[in-house]
Amino acid sequence: MHFWARTVNIFSTFHLKTWSRSACQCHNQIRVKPDNSSVVTDGVKHSMNPFCEIAVEEAVKLKEKKLIKEVVAVSCGPQQAQETIRTALAMGADRGIHVEVSGKDYETLGPLQVSKIMAALAKKEEAQLVILGKQAIDDDCNQTGQMTAALLDWPQGTFASEVAFDGDKIKVVREIDGGLETIMISSPAVITADLRLNTPRYATLPNIMKAKKKKIANVKPADLGVDLTSRLEVLRVDEPPQREAGVKVETVDDLVSKLKDAGRL
Amino acid sequence: MLPASRYSGKAHRCIRALRTVQTEYAAPQLYTTLHRRACSSVATPQITTHYTIHSRDKDPRWEGVEMERFADEADVVIVGGGPAGLSAAIRLKQLANEHEKELRVCLVEKASQIGAHTLSGACLEPSALNELFPDWKERGAPMNTPVTEDVFSILTEKHRIPVPILPGLPMGNHGNYIVRLGNFVRWLGEQAEELGVEIYPGYAAAEVLFHDDGSVKGIATNDVGIGKDGSPKDVFERGMELHAKVTLFGEGCHGHLAKQLYKQFNLRENCEPQTYAIGLKEVWTIDEKKWRPGRVEHSVGWPLNRNTYGGSFLYHLNEGEPLVALGFVVGLDYSNPYLSPFREFQRWKHHPFVAPTLEGGSRIAYGARALNEGGLQSIPKLTFPGGLLIGCSPGFMNVPKIKGTHTAMKSGMLAAEAIFPKVTAESTESETTGLHVPEYSDNLKNSWVWKELHAVRNIRPSFHNYFGLYGGMVYTGVFYWIFRGKEPWTLKHCGLDAHQLKPAKDCTPIEYPKPDGKLSFDLLSSVALSGTNHEGDQPPHLTLRDDSVPVNRNLAIYDGPEQRFCPAGVYEYVPLETGDGMRLQINAQNCVHCKTCDIKDPSQNINWVVPEGGGGPAYNGM
Repeated sequence: MHFWARTVNIFSTFHLKTWSRSACQCHNQIRVKPDNSSVVTDGVKHSMNPFCEIAVEEAVKLKEKKLIKEVVAVSCGPQQAQETIRTALAMGADRGIHVEVSGKDYETLGPLQVSKIMAALAKKEEAQLVILGKQAIDDDCNQTGQMTAALLDWPQGTFASEVAFDGDKIKVVREIDGGLETIMISSPAVITADLRLNTPRYATLPNIMKAKKKKIANVKPADLGVDLTSRLEVLRVDEPPQREAGVKVETVDDLVSKLKDAGRL
Repeated sequence: MLPASRYSGKAHRCIRALRTVQTEYAAPQLYTTLHRRACSSVATPQITTHYTIHSRDKDPRWEGVEMERFADEADVVIVGGGPAGLSAAIRLKQLANEHEKELRVCLVEKASQIGAHTLSGACLEPSALNELFPDWKERGAPMNTPVTEDVFSILTEKHRIPVPILPGLPMGNHGNYIVRLGNFVRWLGEQAEELGVEIYPGYAAAEVLFHDDGSVKGIATNDVGIGKDGSPKDVFERGMELHAKVTLFGEGCHGHLAKQLYKQFNLRENCEPQTYAIGLKEVWTIDEKKWRPGRVEHSVGWPLNRNTYGGSFLYHLNEGEPLVALGFVVGLDYSNPYLSPFREFQRWKHHPFVAPTLEGGSRIAYGARALNEGGLQSIPKLTFPGGLLIGCSPGFMNVPKIKGTHTAMKSGMLAAEAIFPKVTAESTESETTGLHVPEYSDNLKNSWVWKELHAVRNIRPSFHNYFGLYGGMVYTGVFYWIFRGKEPWTLKHCGLDAHQLKPAKDCTPIEYPKPDGKLSFDLLSSVALSGTNHEGDQPPHLTLRDDSVPVNRNLAIYDGPEQRFCPAGVYEYVPLETGDGMRLQINAQNCVHCKTCDIKDPSQNINWVVPEGGGGPAYNGM
């Protein structure tokens, strides 16, 4: 489940695309709708997904190092998605693209649809790099980047904690379970940003004001030839079960018998 | 008082010394010097690191840091995106469109989105809205619940005495709407943006700027990227300056910039000190069978004693699902330092008249905010060169009606109408660079706001008598209901709320029942529901002028009332790691921006300043 569009950065020697996605803030109190169909999102504060902020920051840093020419921020979603694009523009992106998806389509918008949109846009804009946040904090899918790379048949450097250019190849240090893995991939490529890639800058008010003058283009998924039909059907959403009080036991035998009673042993 | 065994001999001597020199407020310096001499071994750990207390000019960590600010010009800058600020912005743009003039209106709001820091009952009287947008229904204003039933009770511990709401009594709600004010404010924000107002949520006004001639030049937004210890981080960025011909301050009840302006321009020399209450609120989904949309319930009495002003509200909303908004208000002029407004609220829910409505339901929101109770007597001078005060900041709440939104909106509209001709004039005839608009004050005095406040001016102060609540109700019945507030005298309040607390040794601790987890809840789970959060690595925004005063005075004399009146658990007295003595721990991240601590601190040592913009509660339709 997701609330705004995915953040994908597309970066190219011509221009870099950053994709911003809004997500519910982590400290929001979320509650399930009375009909158990989904959660209540009305009025809930959305802001740019934290990993997407890191992705945008990386894109802007690369531009400041003069390694790329242009940063384009992209977001899929209803009208409010424009706010997320404006934040990316305030952080330093050059222009934005808003892919309009609203209503029922938006509720069922998932990583597959988003990655199809991204792939289409990447080809259209002749981007050479796509940088996304590794996952959104409201649905934790961690799929969009990987699917985009597959659809484009591009190499991918996921969970990046360091990105460096080496001639026409890109060196990516990835955070993996066992430690850090360094890979060399050729461009064009897809990169997903992990937590330690950088510390995003604040979008200061003067930059927000300047961002109002930067262009945001409107695009419809149909224009990109993307079919948004979802292949997933959400059957039900439930709150996690209430945490039961713990039970203290005196001896190990007690513990074993209690575990047996609970069917765990 | 705290158990004697906890204290060392030196501490005992301190406390004894304190008791013998106890006076109201000449004392603070005396206490601290006595303490420093007698308790020099008890070092106070540093609590406050904010630059408003520890200036950055002399701080070596700030040497060489770029402090230049980007500045921008607008015609009017409005601080605060609440009903008053937004109404003023809307009215300005309406006038600009009517007269085909260009006007740049910028509004800054500390919440991350408009409406996120808004909390109110609320029963909205549509008078001001009808003037602002006669077509509010067509525009989709979220006013879906006209009041259908109005109930008033005096509660005793187990019973309820119904009080008939005779027509003409201030608490009658015929013609009003129950609203979720946060949603209403959000709608106002959308209307304002459509009219072309530049709204910047997430940016708090942190500083007032002045011209050389002393008039207000505008405001500066908060700096970001300062660490918890007060040092600059890598991402440090200076705030931005917004200059304007006139700046409107609509920060709501007890605004921190307004506090500075009172001192700067001596705005309070001819009025009484403001007196406040704290309002705590929850929203519940209830059993459909118990739901009566449009029903308004108010009560006074239990669990408060007759000398503590306060009462409850419970409103049944009509927005699709069975929601009720309920809450409790406690006057901050209470005298018992052991009183906890939060726990009074929680135990009120167990009353046999209230509990059945909530049984089977579940709580979905919580929040708190201070509100004004001073009425007419406490309204300060409203205008000064370069700016003016609107809304609950100076305080136009009609206390017996417990409504302030309509008067706040009207004050914003009148402000707009007064300043419009001046900011669009070809040439300014102002003496000062920042425009002075005393016409706003005059217009307000000639409007229905003043008439309304004048009629009810004696109701709140009438509670200061031996019979407390009952005396007040009799007074209201006679002088308001019969004589419509036309009596020739004006009663006074009691002075600063902070000075009303009696020493803890003269008061009895209150035994509050434990929360049952179904109707009543503990503080921390409530705070979690408010969705409040702040960037952790920033200086605590609850600044103390003197870090040693909380333990040496507040805890010693009043048993630390801040740990009880804060509705978010910000203040905690914890034992020192060394074992002897206590220290104050400030959990600034919990703060819900209610301002009660700044108001009620008996030492007036706490100065609430604005944290990094975007932080604070995340109320959704409160």
